[in-house]
Amino acid sequence: MRVRRPAALRLLALASAAAASATRAEEIALPLRPVAVVGDAIPASLTEEAGDPARGRAIVLDRTRGLCLLCHPGPFPEERFQGNLAPDLTGVGARLSEGQLRLRIVDGRLLNPQTIMPSYYSLAGRLRVAAAWQGRPILAAREIEDVVTFLTGLRDPAPGDRTAPVMRPAP
Amino acid sequence: MIRSAVLVLAGLILAAEPAFPGGIAPSDKRSGLAEMGPELQAMQRDDTAHPGMLWVQDGADLWARAPTGGAPACSGCHGEARASMRGVAARYPAWDARNGRPIDLQDRINLCRRTHQHVEPLAYESADLLGLTAFVATQSRGMPIAPPEDPRLAPARREGRALFEARMGQLGLSCAICHDDHWGRHLGAAAIPQGHPTGYPLYRLEWQGMGSLQRRLRNCMSGMRAEPYPFGAPDYIALELYLAERAAPLPVETPALRP
Ligand code: HEC
Ligand code: HEC
Repeated sequence: MRVRRPAALRLLALASAAAASATRAEEIALPLRPVAVVGDAIPASLTEEAGDPARGRAIVLDRTRGLCLLCHPGPFPEERFQGNLAPDLTGVGARLSEGQLRLRIVDGRLLNPQTIMPSYYSLAGRLRVAAAWQGRPILAAREIEDVVTFLTGLRDPAPGDRTAPVMRPAP
Repeated sequence: MIRSAVLVLAGLILAAEPAFPGGIAPSDKRSGLAEMGPELQAMQRDDTAHPGMLWVQDGADLWARAPTGGAPACSGCHGEARASMRGVAARYPAWDARNGRPIDLQDRINLCRRTHQHVEPLAYESADLLGLTAFVATQSRGMPIAPPEDPRLAPARREGRALFEARMGQLGLSCAICHDDHWGRHLGAAAIPQGHPTGYPLYRLEWQGMGSLQRRLRNCMSGMRAEPYPFGAPDYIALELYLAERAAPLPVETPALRP
């Protein structure tokens, strides 16, 4: 009954994942680029290159990188087990401008200090960050741009109105 | 007439304050057991199908085995666990007067080993410590969690609550965000339970083994990308104290089973 998971195998998997994303690891350890907030938006791109929507989609769907679907449902019928702690991402590109989307991903606390959405490109106000994540944003600047570009393309309205999160009645 | 209406109103306003720890109303309070499907619930309830009972069996053997060196077995001092250990797990963590600090059940077992059996403490998450702790806690199965009203525990319990509500880690989440504010919702595939410590040590399918409450808390901290405290840290005991108060009077389920 006491089957232990082979630790060596798990380590191997981790090591190869680390090797594959070496360039990403380098990039994410760079000092943060300055961001310019205008109203409720960050209109200017964080990078010189345009974002890539296919890469952005992969990040949004990846539960260990973007983490988005842990909390948000979205227009991804093939994805099982989408979270329901946050608004539906369906049609979000029609509701919010590119700059508004960028600000909400970079640091949503600028709009709502109580938000539970992680700040993907800010190191401010963090406590007890695990060693592996210290001093680095959740996503690199290039990845933020990929995600923003992908989200601006999510313009189709929901079949019904799925934009409001399902609320449990207050206790 | 008007006066009584005002009184009723005042009563309503008072009731709107978060009167309960965590703001979970007593009528809503429920164990992670309630979050599981019927098959897993049945597996937890059937001792012959429950893999955690193997650890409890090992714990029963250890309870009766004297350490080398002539010191008594646990049973040498405490006799039949069924009688002497009944209700103990329901009131831990408790105050240890000798060391002047709160301790949990694992600490209690290791203190007995050191002071009464003159042997080394058992390592955290070792099969022996999990087995003995589970065996002792199983004697309280079905009894309501009943934290002692010892005022010496109050500061650590308060600190536990502060830790529970503190944002931490790279994701900046807190225990309270998930377990007070969003229980019953889904975090990806996982149904978020209220986070009650009713069944520890317990058998978790994902671990393919038994684990302590501290191991569970480390899992949640890693999920927040926060640096877990080392095993045995006072921060865990503080959290365990607050969790016990928050869970009371749910019944002890040890050994529970979880996905
Ligand atoms: C831990 C939960 C959580 C995670 C993870 C998360 N979000 Fe959010 N997000 C929220 C919540 C809650 C809101 C609602 C606004 C608020 O609380 O300030 C929100 C709001 C948003 C909004 C604004 C939506 C609107 O309709 O106004 C966008 C866009 C968004 N999130 C995108 C993302 C993307 C993209 C990711 C991943 C890269 C992500 N979120 C990860 C919780 C989360
Ligand atoms: C992002 C959400 C999240 C955060 C933050 C979180 N937890 Fe959890 N917790 C869960 C989920 C989901 C489970 C259920 C097990 C699983 O699927 O991993 C769980 C399980 C538990 C359990 C076990 C309940 C049982 O029935 O056995 C306890 C106790 C607990 N959490 C306490 C805590 C404490 C204390 C903290 C803060 C240090 C914390 N959690 C932070 C999501 C979270």
